[in-house]
Amino acid sequence: MLMPDPDQAIIARKREIAARLREIVPGEGVIVEEDQLRVYESDGLTAYRQPPLIAVLPETTEQVSRILRFCQEAGVKVVPRGAGTSLSGGALPLADGIILGLGKFNRILEVDFDNRCAVVQPGVTNLGITKAVEDDGFYYAPDPSSQIACSIGGNVAENSGGVHCLKYGLTTNNLLGLEMVLIDGTVLRIGGKHLDSEGYDLLGLMTGSEGLLGVVTEVTVRLLKKPETARALLLGFSSSESAGELVAAIIAAGIIPGGMEMMDRLAIHAAEDFVHAGYPLDVEALLIVELDGPKAEVDYLMEKVSELADAKGAVTKRVSESEEERMNFWAGRKAAFPAVGRISPDYYCMDGTIPRNQLPHVLRRMREMSAHYGLGVANVFHAGDGNLHPLILYDANKEGELEKAEDFGSDILRLCVEVGGVLTGEHGVGVEKRDLMPEMFSEIDLKQQQRVKCAFDPDALLNPGKVFPRLHRCAELGRMHISRGQLPFPDLPRF
Amino acid sequence: MGARFQPESIEKLAEAVSWAAAESIPIEILGRGSKRGLGRPAQTEYSLDLSALTGITLYEPDELILSARAGTSMAEIEAALAEQKQYLAFEPANYAPLLNGSAAGAAMSGSLGGTVSCNLAGPRRIKAGAARDHFLGLKGVSGRGEIFQAGGRVVKNVTGYDLMKLHAGAYGTLSALTDITVKVLPAPEKTRSVLLFGLDDAAAVTAMTRAMGSSHEVSAAAHLPAAIAKAFGSSYFPAESRSVTAIRVEGPGPSVSHRCAALRSELADLAESEELHSHNSLLLWAQVRDVMPFVSDAQEGKGEEIAVWRVSVPPARGADYVAALQEGLGDAAASLRYFFDWSGGLIWLALPEGADASYQPVRAALSGFGGHATLIRATAGLRSRVPVFQPLEPGIAALSGRVKSSFDPIGIMNTGRMYVGV
Repeated sequence: MLMPDPDQAIIARKREIAARLREIVPGEGVIVEEDQLRVYESDGLTAYRQPPLIAVLPETTEQVSRILRFCQEAGVKVVPRGAGTSLSGGALPLADGIILGLGKFNRILEVDFDNRCAVVQPGVTNLGITKAVEDDGFYYAPDPSSQIACSIGGNVAENSGGVHCLKYGLTTNNLLGLEMVLIDGTVLRIGGKHLDSEGYDLLGLMTGSEGLLGVVTEVTVRLLKKPETARALLLGFSSSESAGELVAAIIAAGIIPGGMEMMDRLAIHAAEDFVHAGYPLDVEALLIVELDGPKAEVDYLMEKVSELADAKGAVTKRVSESEEERMNFWAGRKAAFPAVGRISPDYYCMDGTIPRNQLPHVLRRMREMSAHYGLGVANVFHAGDGNLHPLILYDANKEGELEKAEDFGSDILRLCVEVGGVLTGEHGVGVEKRDLMPEMFSEIDLKQQQRVKCAFDPDALLNPGKVFPRLHRCAELGRMHISRGQLPFPDLPRF
Repeated sequence: MGARFQPESIEKLAEAVSWAAAESIPIEILGRGSKRGLGRPAQTEYSLDLSALTGITLYEPDELILSARAGTSMAEIEAALAEQKQYLAFEPANYAPLLNGSAAGAAMSGSLGGTVSCNLAGPRRIKAGAARDHFLGLKGVSGRGEIFQAGGRVVKNVTGYDLMKLHAGAYGTLSALTDITVKVLPAPEKTRSVLLFGLDDAAAVTAMTRAMGSSHEVSAAAHLPAAIAKAFGSSYFPAESRSVTAIRVEGPGPSVSHRCAALRSELADLAESEELHSHNSLLLWAQVRDVMPFVSDAQEGKGEEIAVWRVSVPPARGADYVAALQEGLGDAAASLRYFFDWSGGLIWLALPEGADASYQPVRAALSGFGGHATLIRATAGLRSRVPVFQPLEPGIAALSGRVKSSFDPIGIMNTGRMYVGV
């Protein structure tokens, strides 16, 4: 992965830059020692490592504002970082840039049950929000699998999803407001406890912008009342096609389950060996269908789904009769990644989305690629929304295997785009999928997105090297080639 | 109004925009024209009419997605969805009768492009979101005259910036959209509403807040003060003049009846209640959605025009907002009519238009709550004189101007529709 050439002049000014930052964040909030900077050298995508020039850990919005203003004036690049759990290298540092860590922004500022929202600082963990409100029967809906560790600020940057997002939406559907700081130090408040924005939907634009537009310093999230009940079905199929048919049939019957997860044979076996959830081992595909909501509704729909499962030829079927049993169904799925980690020295987790009806085709092609590269692949799949997580098995200690795994991964993502899907459903582009962006977007599309960045960050100092394969200068992007000519009146119907 | 161009392809549209950019000629972007009276009036010589770009191009019910050309009528889209027992969960409102009069408006159906460009949403906003939340992909022509696309045709996608959100509610000031992909969902099998009678505004907001904070998955909550409830003139409200608070639940039959019963028992200490079933429930919410209580006001033609405002506040503060507004209006409060949707978070106001639609007290009453007020209906003259959209903080205004320029550097696309110069 090629990052922009570090600016040696900036690196040479490290001491001076650190001194200036210490004027803003006193004491231990500015980290310069190499051994201490190593903590920040990578995020959840550990294949890439690069210690930052300096790490700064501010505690107030005012400090963030002063840091950014200083960085813009001094031409220093900034990589914002939450909990560092990104799976796409979104928080990968730059040799000539600072890490701006938001970990000290860890307070829940207000919980407002009447307006069903909470105002929190960006360093609060995703699960921390739910923990703060669950005694009153509420929760925060998006639940990425890293929810115990990942921060809400990072969730905003990546527009994180989770297993329940077909029914409850992604992060972007569960936010009401933000406080954010632009690279020039301007502090903006967007939204609040009310719905929809006056003017442009900057809240929607910021969500999923991967730290390239601004730094979030406060988040207002929507809270939901916990569903009255949840029950799950564990279904085994002799082919992924028939499992896929059931998913389509459930949706065609007008049912939107809270969660619908599929695993393939390799993932089932790995999970079962690890947590002994009681998964059937003689099936090609396993489907967990969870229904949540009012008890009367869940019981009624359970019957319907169960009948559909029979009609679609489920070879094994278990219905959760207790909360314990339901959690047990999930135990294997939730442990699928570490379980795969036990059967292979390393694995590389992909994140494409496909139109669901393309699943059999995509799985078949993936098996062919697996044979071609000589690397195994296990699949877990958010079946309801078509978000695929192939886990490519490799050994980083074997010469060339990481590169092979990356090539395999790129082929999978190209395939996703080819069948009408996208490069990333929830992990973000980051550095990982940056160079694949032209598979999905034209040069014009990408330039238009970069012009939006220029409106926020004209000097491209915020998280450069991420998302866009080639950084254009804003002045160049702003130019318009105007060819004066006659409007082709004869061709344009007018009245 | 000068020439109107009606391109039949995206390429012709791009040619027209390129020409306007080259000549620095501002253009008005039109879909089917049903909401032309919303926003600051256009003062352009040329308009670009997208109503020839029509047709559903992709509809896969199992995949929960639909793509259509931007000029496709909502009537066509809703009919196609209904055939598959699906719908647009954000319950897009039809403001045509409010903006054009009930007779003319009844025959109008807005376009999909117009619906997302205005980020419309109905009563289900509080549960299912607005157009923004269901807008998955777009293709269009920027003010640079370039054809570009963003997003995709799958429901879960974080590849690149979410330019769909940016275009939802941009009122055509960035680009002319030509193709739109939206998420669709199965329509609920049954709908019912619990009606509570005789609550004052504050008690109604308390009741709605309690209902929304329950686990009964309420999909809409509105409060109609007595004067408004009476104006519904329907067969399904009691004849006497009392306020009505309506709480809707949707879903499979057994679930709906169970939840209605539970809500009635949990709210029994506040008011007596009734249930409104299928047809009447649908009718009630369609009227709330399309602001029908103010359609007749807007047309009474008593020699005085009516201004209609849409105010968004934190839902639990809805009644407080109205109280603050009444105080701010002083004697003029006597002619204020209002009702609440979105569990108190959306307040529809009708006021005599007068010299300035009372825009200062309407916005001053927001201080302390947070939120925004938009002048949805007023005469063109008034809409060019008073700020139709909530004025932006300076930092946001400056950034919005830069965002506008990033799509439309010369400022030709519906410029000024929302804010002067944007």
